[in-house]
Amino acid sequence: MSKIKVVHYINQFFAGIGGEEKADHKPEVREGAVGPGMEFNKRFKGEAEIVATVICGDTYFNENTEDAKKKILEMVKKYNPDIFIAGPAFNAGRYGVACGTITKAVNDELQIPVLTGMYIENPGADMFKKSVYIVETKNSAAGMRKAVKSMTKLALKLAKGEEIGTPEEEGYMPRGIRKNYFAQERGSKRAVDMLIKKLKDEDFTTEYPMPDFDRVEPNPAVKDLANAKIALVTSGGIVPKGNPDHIESSSASRYGKYDIADFNDLTSEDHETAHGGYDPVYANDDPDRVLPVDVLRDLEKEGVIGELHRYYYATVGNGTAVSSAKKFAAEFAKELKNDGVDAVILTST
Amino acid sequence: MRLELGKINIKDVQFGSETKVENGVLYVNKEELITLISEDENLKSVDVELAKPGESVRIMPVKDVIEPRVKVEGPGGIFPGVLSKVDTVGTGRTNVLKGAAVVTTGKIVGFQEGIIDMSGPGADYTPFSKLNNVVLVCEPKDGLKQHEHEAAVRLAGLKAAKYLGEAAKNVEPDEVKTYESLSLLESVNKYPNLPKVAYVLMLQSQGLLHDTYVYGVDAKQIVPSIMYPTELMDGAIISGNCVSACDKNTTYHHLNNPIVEDLFEKHGKELNFVGVIITNENVYLADKQRSSNWSAKLAEYLGVDGVIISQEGFGNPDTDLIMNCTKIEKKGIKTVIVTDEYAGRDGASQSLADADPLANAVVTAGNANEIIKLPAMDKVIGHVEPANTIAGGFDGSLNEDGTIEVELQAITGATNELGFSKLTAKGY
Repeated sequence: MSKIKVVHYINQFFAGIGGEEKADHKPEVREGAVGPGMEFNKRFKGEAEIVATVICGDTYFNENTEDAKKKILEMVKKYNPDIFIAGPAFNAGRYGVACGTITKAVNDELQIPVLTGMYIENPGADMFKKSVYIVETKNSAAGMRKAVKSMTKLALKLAKGEEIGTPEEEGYMPRGIRKNYFAQERGSKRAVDMLIKKLKDEDFTTEYPMPDFDRVEPNPAVKDLANAKIALVTSGGIVPKGNPDHIESSSASRYGKYDIADFNDLTSEDHETAHGGYDPVYANDDPDRVLPVDVLRDLEKEGVIGELHRYYYATVGNGTAVSSAKKFAAEFAKELKNDGVDAVILTST
Repeated sequence: MRLELGKINIKDVQFGSETKVENGVLYVNKEELITLISEDENLKSVDVELAKPGESVRIMPVKDVIEPRVKVEGPGGIFPGVLSKVDTVGTGRTNVLKGAAVVTTGKIVGFQEGIIDMSGPGADYTPFSKLNNVVLVCEPKDGLKQHEHEAAVRLAGLKAAKYLGEAAKNVEPDEVKTYESLSLLESVNKYPNLPKVAYVLMLQSQGLLHDTYVYGVDAKQIVPSIMYPTELMDGAIISGNCVSACDKNTTYHHLNNPIVEDLFEKHGKELNFVGVIITNENVYLADKQRSSNWSAKLAEYLGVDGVIISQEGFGNPDTDLIMNCTKIEKKGIKTVIVTDEYAGRDGASQSLADADPLANAVVTAGNANEIIKLPAMDKVIGHVEPANTIAGGFDGSLNEDGTIEVELQAITGATNELGFSKLTAKGY
C-alpha cells in the first residue's frame, strides 16, 4: 500500500507566524509538515505523511468563516488526502472552533475522513464532538506528545477505514452513537450485579448515560384566534386511504402533506391510520378522532378560528428517531410559515 | 410460598398418534390439537407445524410464544383466571417441557408482530430459535375485528400450551429446582444482614391490543400490587399484546422471568429477594401518576434497600419507567432499570423518550432500530407479506428473492427488557 496522504490544519501560532497580533492571517498552504506536523510525521513511522499544511489565523477563520472554509476546502481538495487532521487545539477556544468547523466541512463536502483533538472544555468540543472524531487532550500544549500519539493511532485507523473502537479504547470524545453487541452475560444478570454494586456503594457503570434533553418551551397563546389560520399536524399516522406515501408503521422515515380543502369530515371511506402503535379500529372508523378536521370545520363556521389551513402534515410517531422527527418538522415548519399559518395543533396518539 | 419446578428436557418434537413425552421427545397428535383449537368459532382454520433449531424455517408474523407447563401438586392450574380457576398458584410442583414452545402465527392482527428465524443471522437475535416449536397457524374468520382476532389467537396459544403441558404430568423430570419466598417478616429475620431487594415488573397496558392479564384481569385496571415470584412461574401473568416484537414480553418470558431467576440465584447469599411489585403502563397521565406513586409506596412499605425495574415496550412507557425510577429513588431506595433503545438506524438519536439524572444505573437490551438482513428461508410458516408493514419493517423490506431487511424491532424477543438475552449497546 502506498503511503497515506495527510493534510494538516494549524493556526498561526503553531505555524510560528505569531500570536494574537497575527491572528488575522489569511489561509495559506505550505508543502509538507509545519510545527506540530513534525511530531505527527515522526509518529506515523513512514506509514503516513503530511503532504501539505494549511495555516489560518484564528481571528480570520472565525470572523470570515464562510470565506475561510471555501478557500481551505479548495486547498485540501487539490491534495486529495486520505485523511485531514486539524490541531490539536488544546484549550484555545477560537482554534478549537476552527478545527471543529473545518474538519466537519472537509468531511461533509469532500467525504474525506477527518480528525481533530482538543481539551474537553474547549467550546469546539461541545459544538463538534457529535459530528467528528475529537481526541481528548490536555488543556495546554504541554500535552502535545501524548495528544499526537493518540491522534496518529486513530488517524491511521480512520484513513485505512478500519473499525473504530469505543471512546475509552481510542481516546476520542463520545459521539453519542449507539451500537449493538452481544454481552457476556444476559441483561437480567447484569442488572442484578449492578444493583448489588450500587447497594454496596461500589463503582458501577451504567450502560446508558442519560442524555441531555432538548426541551422546547411552548409559544405564548394565540391572541386573536378568530383571525388565525390554524393547521393540523399529527404523529398519529392519519393518511389518505391506501397510505400513498408508504409511511412506515414504526420508525417512520418520511411524512406526508395532504389536501383537506374538500373535506368537512374524515371517514373510513377516505382516510385511515398508518400507525403501528395502537389498535387502528377506532381511528379507522373515524379518522377525526386522531385528526379533528370535523371539529375544526365547526369552529371555522362558528368564527372561533379564522380558517383551517388546506394542508395537513402527517407522520407516524411510533419508534421514530428524534433526528427524523426534527428533520421533518424543520422542512414543513418553513412551508407552514410561508403559507401564513399562525398556529398549529399537534395531535399525537 | 414454595414451588418445585420439574424440568423435562425436550430434545426433539415430532408428530405422533398420541400426544406424549418419551425419552426427551415430545410427540404431538396433530389432529387432536387441531380439533381442540378449532373449537373457537372466531377461527376459520387451524393448522399445526413444527419448527426445530437449525432448520431453514421462518415463522411470521408471530403473536405469542408460550411454554407448556402443568401443575402436578398444589392448588390451582396453569394460567389461572384464564384457562384454570382463579386459585392462587405458585406452590407445590409444576412440570415444564423445557426446550419446547407453542408459537402462534397466522394472518397479521395489526402491525406489531414478529419474526422467528430458526437458523441464519436472525436466529442469533431470538431466544426462540433454540426451541422445538409447535407452531399454530390460526386464520380468523372474515370480518373479525383486530381485538377479537387477537383474543382468539391468544387463547389458542394458551390452550395448546396447556394441552401439551399435560403430557408432562406423569413424566419424571430431569431436574427439579426449588424456589421459595418466605413472608416478609420471616425473610427479614432469616437474613438480617442482607440488603432487601424487590422487583418492580412493569406490565404493558397501553390498551387496544397492548394488554397484559394478571389472573385474567386486564392490567390496565389494576393498581400496583405485590406477588410472590413463583406465581409468575405458573402463568399468573400472560401476554395479550401486539407491541413491537423485539420488546414485548411474551407469555414464555413471563413464565421464565430472568430477573426473578437471577435474583433467586443471589437470594440468601448476597441479597434478600422479598417479592415482586407489579405495576402497569397506562396512557393517561393520572394513571401513570397513580401507578408510579403506588409502586414507590409499596417499595417503601416493604422496606427494601433496592429494586430492579423492568419495562415493556417503548416510547410512551419510557415515562412510566422514569416516574417509577425517580419516585423510588426519592424514597431513598436504590434502583437499576432495564430498558432498550430507539436510537435511530444510525444510532445517533437519543434512545429514550424520557430521562432523568436519577436513572443512573441502566441496563440496556440494545438499539431496536438497527437494521438486519435476513436471508431467504426454505420454508415460511405463516405469511411473509407483512414484512413491509410490521413495526420495524418498511416499504421494500421484503425482497423478491425472499430476503428481508428489517430493524431488529421486528424480531421476536430481540431487545427484551427483562434482560432475557445478551444483546446490548454501547456508546461510540
